[in-house]
Amino acid sequence: MAIVDSAPTALGRLETLPSDWPVGFWSHWGVFTVVIIAFVLLMVMGFIWLERRGMGRMQARLGPNRAGPFGLLQPVADAIKVLLKENITPAQGDKIVHWLAPVVVFAPTLMIFAVVPFSDGALLADLNVGILYVVAISSISALGVFMAGWASSNKYSLVGAMRNIAAVVSYEIPLVVAIASVVLLTGSLSMNDIVLAQHIPFILLQPLGFLIFFISGCAEINRSPFDLMEADSELVAGFHIEYSGMRFAMFYLAEYSEAVIISAIITTLFLGGWRGPVLPPWLWFIVKVFIVFFVMVWTRTTLPRVRIDQLMALAWKFLFPLALINLFITGIELLTWPEALPWVMILVNIAITAVLVLLWSKFFKLGWGRVEV
Amino acid sequence: MTVSLSAWDVANQIKEQFPDAVSEINDQAILVRSESLFEVAQYLKNRPELNFDYLNYISAVDYFDYFELVYQLISINHNHSLILKTRCYGRDNPTLPSLVSLWRGADFQEREIYDLIGITFKGHPNLKRIVLWDGFQGHPLRKDYL
Amino acid sequence: MMAIKTEPFVLNIGPVHPSTHGVFRMRATLDGEVIVNLEPVFGYLHRGIEKLAEERTYTGIIPLTDRLDYLASMSNNLAYVLAVEKLAGISIPERAEYLRVIIAELQRIASHLIAVGAFLNDCGAFFTPFLYMFREREKIVDLFEMLSGQRLLYNYMRIGGFTQDIPDEFLPALDKFVKQMPSFIDEYDYLLKENEILLARAKGVGILPKELAINISASGPVLRASGVKWDIRKVDPYSIYDRFEFDIPTGTAGDCYDRYRVRVEEMRQSLRIIRQAMEQLPAGPIRSEVPHLVRPPAGEAYGHIEAPKGELGFYLVSDNSIAPYRCHIRAPSLLNLTALRDMMIGWKIQDAIIIFGSIDITMGEVDR
Repeated sequence: MAIVDSAPTALGRLETLPSDWPVGFWSHWGVFTVVIIAFVLLMVMGFIWLERRGMGRMQARLGPNRAGPFGLLQPVADAIKVLLKENITPAQGDKIVHWLAPVVVFAPTLMIFAVVPFSDGALLADLNVGILYVVAISSISALGVFMAGWASSNKYSLVGAMRNIAAVVSYEIPLVVAIASVVLLTGSLSMNDIVLAQHIPFILLQPLGFLIFFISGCAEINRSPFDLMEADSELVAGFHIEYSGMRFAMFYLAEYSEAVIISAIITTLFLGGWRGPVLPPWLWFIVKVFIVFFVMVWTRTTLPRVRIDQLMALAWKFLFPLALINLFITGIELLTWPEALPWVMILVNIAITAVLVLLWSKFFKLGWGRVEV
Repeated sequence: MTVSLSAWDVANQIKEQFPDAVSEINDQAILVRSESLFEVAQYLKNRPELNFDYLNYISAVDYFDYFELVYQLISINHNHSLILKTRCYGRDNPTLPSLVSLWRGADFQEREIYDLIGITFKGHPNLKRIVLWDGFQGHPLRKDYL
Repeated sequence: MMAIKTEPFVLNIGPVHPSTHGVFRMRATLDGEVIVNLEPVFGYLHRGIEKLAEERTYTGIIPLTDRLDYLASMSNNLAYVLAVEKLAGISIPERAEYLRVIIAELQRIASHLIAVGAFLNDCGAFFTPFLYMFREREKIVDLFEMLSGQRLLYNYMRIGGFTQDIPDEFLPALDKFVKQMPSFIDEYDYLLKENEILLARAKGVGILPKELAINISASGPVLRASGVKWDIRKVDPYSIYDRFEFDIPTGTAGDCYDRYRVRVEEMRQSLRIIRQAMEQLPAGPIRSEVPHLVRPPAGEAYGHIEAPKGELGFYLVSDNSIAPYRCHIRAPSLLNLTALRDMMIGWKIQDAIIIFGSIDITMGEVDR
């Protein structure tokens, strides 16, 4: 396919990268670590602000508007408040695991940013298995969630944690299959190469893959309508019900930095990453991340929550077969018409997506009433 | 308009079946003996012309000498109603038959009367205090509870 | 092969829980997420209103009735004053009758708005429908504030009429509200009526069969959603409801979705009644001559209305003194909960929450 041709080899990039920096590899490493932490924290603040203000607007209210201009400093005020709170560990709980859980949840979210490109080559480590690394690391936080649920010695948190494990394990599969179809297009697992290959954003070439990835991503990070693990109207707060103070803040931070990550990966895989006219690359990247997150906020304010069996059914009966079919079709297209005009492919793929989604929605309903899984 | 059935007519029908059941009749209500309450209620519910399938409310009033239970029965099909009363003597351990097996709507109301007035309903599947806590002393809606 | 040993565990849903609409507790025994047994526990909000009523004057009980179903104070007032008027044989002026109908129907809309909003919120629509419906409820509360000066516990009705006549700005404001409201109801329907997730969650869930609904003395939207056309306003018209045209919306399946739909349709019918009542509203006094201390003749009376939650009735026994000898409250919220266990067994925790939400109770009325 024509669009893949200009992708440089991953190996070439790895050798040239560190020499751009005065003191070699270590300065590169140090600067990017600081950049990533600052980026994540600032993005989380931005996300919290966007979610609360955006949700306020959608819900016919104002949202927080007291702290700073337009309430921009509200996340800071929240952080200060939550830092001053007492840390409470349940008397019956497992103290060490209870203490460790927020760290296990939060650390992987920072690690994933090592492979997300902010600009051409501007990333901590251009791993040639970048996207595989993302998939592997992102599963770790599910362990932290279960640790939190178990150690809290609370039935609600245990149920929430078990739901989380079930959801994460199920949704990982369509997620990975959707990624595989993107990887087929680029021929590289490196995040930087995936961006470089996108002369046309892959959302147009892979509309079905994008939908599957977006839905699975939302389920992975407990965004509505799949927020069963912390379903406030059922499980009160889910796995972090027994957390307070700084540890609660860690969960809160982890929740939003996971949202940053999924938005960043969607941007990288499907929306052309940092590519875009006029604006500098890093700004394009941030703008696209915010747009993706805004769609998540939008669905959160609009849709009711699905039930746990419907959540599983959606993953296994809807997303997984469609993801497989998508992978299959992508493979056939690449084998038979590798030189086809991209615009023809876009139209063909959008048509295939529409037909498949309609067919599956006739074929399989979320179920009115009880669905046995 | 929900028609209040004439207590006299219904009482006559009851008397055909259960000669001793009715002890007093006035314009609004039929007073039945507490021993035959269940049979009369069953009869009223199952007789097709009456068909009282809906137990609207149960209330209990403490008259010092006796407790008076008031049952309002309604027939959804015929849209008529009837007030059935019974009396329960003795303050130490007043007992009445439970109507839960006929109308499950009596469930919480009988528990409430047990809780607040202190009448035991024989045959109730789960006769526990409902609004007050277990171990509460006395029955607050009795007139001598201060 | 070794089987994993499992055992059911008990989960206390409530008394402090976001979705129990007050201080209600359900002792649920769970097998995984499936409910195998459930026992409702009441009494956390018991204030002994029936006992308190025995030592207050007939007028002094009106504020107590406000505190029954605190989301529909006006309806409680109405049921109580109707019972007292029946007991004492008091007739009320024509204008007051019409105003009572208007106010009761406004209160029904306000209560149903909360019921529907809270139900959708229980389904997991993150506060959006709830806040939308609070936006409209606010207008009703503003209208009631014009009348009574209060925003929650109105204490506006009196035996024989009202405390005071409506202010001049009330009718224009009511007219504006009645004109706006249908489009808002359409907006709610447009947002969630046919949402696939909502259908999947609510259709066929928590079915209350017709026979069981009658047997447990269910009333109001819960009974009607099960397909029983039983509305006190039609079958036993109190006040002047026989002068208005309106329909009784009923469901077919008796599931959560039907209960939600019945409430939305009832709001439309209430608006219809308000429109008719506004057109016919006569001038005149709003209170008949009633002594300050009402002293009804010895006897008993049962006054009931179709409150938003169901049939609310007051059974009053008088001994010809200034206070009732006995004041029994037929609380629809309590009776509608009778079949809670039957409706919930076999469903998951998530379903239990929406089944409970669809019954729409107020703890003030359940525990009294």
